Amino acid sequence: MYEQFKTRAEGVSAEVHRFPTQAAALDFIIGFLRDEGVANAPDRRAVWAGCPFLAGIDRQQLAGIDGLHLEVSRERAAEARVGISQMDWALADTGTLAQDATAIDKRLVSTLPFIHIALVATAALVPDMPTWLTKVQPKDSGYISLITGPSRTADIERVLTIGVHGPSRLIILFVDALGGTN
Amino acid sequence: MQHEFKQSIDKALHNANLTGALGKFSEAYKVNRAKAYEGIDFEELRGRIASVKSYAASHLEQLSDLFQQNAEARGAKVFRTSDPAKVREYILKVAQDNGVKTIVKSKSMATEEIHLNPYLEAAGIEVGETDLGEWIIQLAGQTPSHMVMPAIHLTKEEVSDLFSKELDERLSSDIPRLVKVARDQLRPRFLRADMGISGANIAVAETGSIVLVTNEGNARLVTSLPKIHVALVGIEKLVEKFADIAPILKALPRSATAQLLTSYVSIVTGQTPNSDGSKKELHIILMDNHRSEMAADPMFKEAMQCIRCASCLNVCPIFRLVGGHVFGKVYTGGIGTILTAWYDELQSSEYIQGLCIQCGACKDVCPAKIDIPGLILEIRRRLVKDQGVPLLQKSIYSVVNNRRLFHGILRAASIAGKPFATGKFIRHLPLFLADLTDGRSLPAIAAKPFRDVFKTIEQPKGLKETAIFYAGCLIDFAYPEMGVALVKVLNKAGIAVKFPEGQTCCGAPARYNGAYEVAAQNAADNITALLDEPATYVVSACPTCTVALNHEFITTFESLGQSERLPRARELAAKTIDFSTLVKRLVDEGRLTLKEGQQLGKITYHDSCHLKRTLHAERQPRELLQSMGYELTEMFECDTCCGMGGSYSLKLPEISAPILQRKLKNIKETGAPLVAMDCPGCVMQIRGGMDQDGATVRVQHTVELIAAQLAE
Repeated sequence: MYEQFKTRAEGVSAEVHRFPTQAAALDFIIGFLRDEGVANAPDRRAVWAGCPFLAGIDRQQLAGIDGLHLEVSRERAAEARVGISQMDWALADTGTLAQDATAIDKRLVSTLPFIHIALVATAALVPDMPTWLTKVQPKDSGYISLITGPSRTADIERVLTIGVHGPSRLIILFVDALGGTN
Repeated sequence: MQHEFKQSIDKALHNANLTGALGKFSEAYKVNRAKAYEGIDFEELRGRIASVKSYAASHLEQLSDLFQQNAEARGAKVFRTSDPAKVREYILKVAQDNGVKTIVKSKSMATEEIHLNPYLEAAGIEVGETDLGEWIIQLAGQTPSHMVMPAIHLTKEEVSDLFSKELDERLSSDIPRLVKVARDQLRPRFLRADMGISGANIAVAETGSIVLVTNEGNARLVTSLPKIHVALVGIEKLVEKFADIAPILKALPRSATAQLLTSYVSIVTGQTPNSDGSKKELHIILMDNHRSEMAADPMFKEAMQCIRCASCLNVCPIFRLVGGHVFGKVYTGGIGTILTAWYDELQSSEYIQGLCIQCGACKDVCPAKIDIPGLILEIRRRLVKDQGVPLLQKSIYSVVNNRRLFHGILRAASIAGKPFATGKFIRHLPLFLADLTDGRSLPAIAAKPFRDVFKTIEQPKGLKETAIFYAGCLIDFAYPEMGVALVKVLNKAGIAVKFPEGQTCCGAPARYNGAYEVAAQNAADNITALLDEPATYVVSACPTCTVALNHEFITTFESLGQSERLPRARELAAKTIDFSTLVKRLVDEGRLTLKEGQQLGKITYHDSCHLKRTLHAERQPRELLQSMGYELTEMFECDTCCGMGGSYSLKLPEISAPILQRKLKNIKETGAPLVAMDCPGCVMQIRGGMDQDGATVRVQHTVELIAAQLAE
């Protein structure tokens, strides 16, 4: 299912990586934030919405990253270059991520910044939408989000352009050893 | 009004940007759509959508109650009304009660339908569209020309001009740059807006959820950032169960934009938290506006199944020429014609319904299984019922129905036109009829109609089986040689051909113009004539006539409630068969042998609309032609209408002509010196087009090509 997901997601301009452990994924994220020049300045910040991944790592490692905020506010998210959150499911046949996004910070970090890093447990892969629909309950989740690739438009002359109101890059990190409830 | 309508067509046809953009899009769309549906059983999928939506349309009240109950249980306020004015008032009141100054909107056709923006703006509220296409047309002061791609009629240069004016700064027409400008301009608006207004693609009764499908991400912002969210939902969006969204979400992106899924799908159920910790105020308006009347109509209930993908616009040979604005201000294209007739009034569709050429391309791709051309025909019928048939048209029908008189008049006109006629064509017609030969020569009328030629044909004696030949107007009066060829082929297979003199017009011209009473009389007269003598088959070499005989006589009687005429109509339908299907069967049964394996050269084949989409006979003529030794080269868009459409080419020649030009180009590009087809109407259109074009491509009915290759 992972391979199918990767092919589909890359087909809609998402970037897909896979890591065996949270530590390996964290190394990637730290390196990425450094390469992107994340800093404590407008349009250079990073915001990370609370999630099981965060609970499962040594947060000391993040302390040195200036401009990374774990307390998400609307203002900070609007000024962020990178947003990080954890997704609850991945739908293989369309390369789609799904999330109970009732908590507003989850939506802010995945919508307002230019780059969205989406963490997801490899075990959260499901084959398709009908399967996924049996696992979610709108009565328990006021806002459910499905994300398939970055924001896009073709409204001018039908020319596909990536990144309109949402992120222009979607980076998906599968983590094999990732448990917990988002 | 008619003058204005014709002017709007004229304007659209001369807008090179529009026809260029739409033409390119429609060509790419067909390929991409097919790719998006790879590996999916489309018939099964659309069957499920039709059943889910049809169930909802029969239980509107019940599902609305259930939706309201479930949404309110989760803190939403649900307002139900049938009146667009009440919707506008309600939204304004919510805005005023909360001191709303700025509203951001994500794309909603329902708000277009009720002209919400100008109403709110008149009350001093700033209303901003945030879907890029919608924002562009808002800046241009226009209305959407397409349900999914509202600004498809504008070029990047025009968009750059609009943005430059808005920013008061000269911008380049680089598209990524323009998109960035839109992001930068709209972002602060999202952040300061007091209210977000959205539509909904689906409303789920059992959970009280609304589902929003977008690509840009604007709907996520509209439903997340402002503290108040108002969703305007037409009740046709209701489905019963949460699981019902699966087939719709599978088909909608594939049919709308050839995507497997859009970038974002949001499922909103009740109140959600705002960023300051408060709960969002959520108002959901369930709007009827004639939808329940539509659902109560046994024929139009089907249109409630629409999921608003606009694929009927994307495959329409007319839409790609004239675009959306010709159709009016809100809903455009095939389904738009139907929605306008109901949400507005029947009268509003008086002119736009005439744009449909009845080719059936939209019916083939509709993911909700709606017979769009059939419903447009029904609109036509109801308009005629209300208004009557125009006097001139009436007198034409009376002539058409009198075969001798009809031939006499046509022949007289053809002779009177002699100074203009060269060879087999009338190249130019005098004065007001000039449009009819603009880009196409009409056939000269045969000196002797087929009904007289037939009497001179000597058929072999003692043939065991009999077929009744139904000629139709064109073979009878213009192309009797096709009839002669048909007799020759069937005789060779041991079938005697009879031609009952009582046969008359198949009624298609009357039916396609909404004159069902005339069509019913035609049907009755033909049934009497064609069932008078025993025969195994009733065969026709005109697909439109074949469809009349084996489908439409029945539906015409049904529409008019003439059930006493149905048994005989069914008897005729069971016997009726088109020429190529019959011949293929005879060849397969070993009763007819064609010369095989010859080197007959390259050929291309044009699928006639009725033959392909109603009779589903695209394979038979191709296999026959190939087995005789023709080398088949398929043309691009082989099954796209040639623009003839019976009297369509007479009523809207300015649209018919460019459709024909495209067909001629596609034929010529195959390099084949010969094009075959199974419809004398298409032969008339395409042969006439080739003649005026000066091209050397031969245009032949399959019947003539087969008659020339019968084995001894």
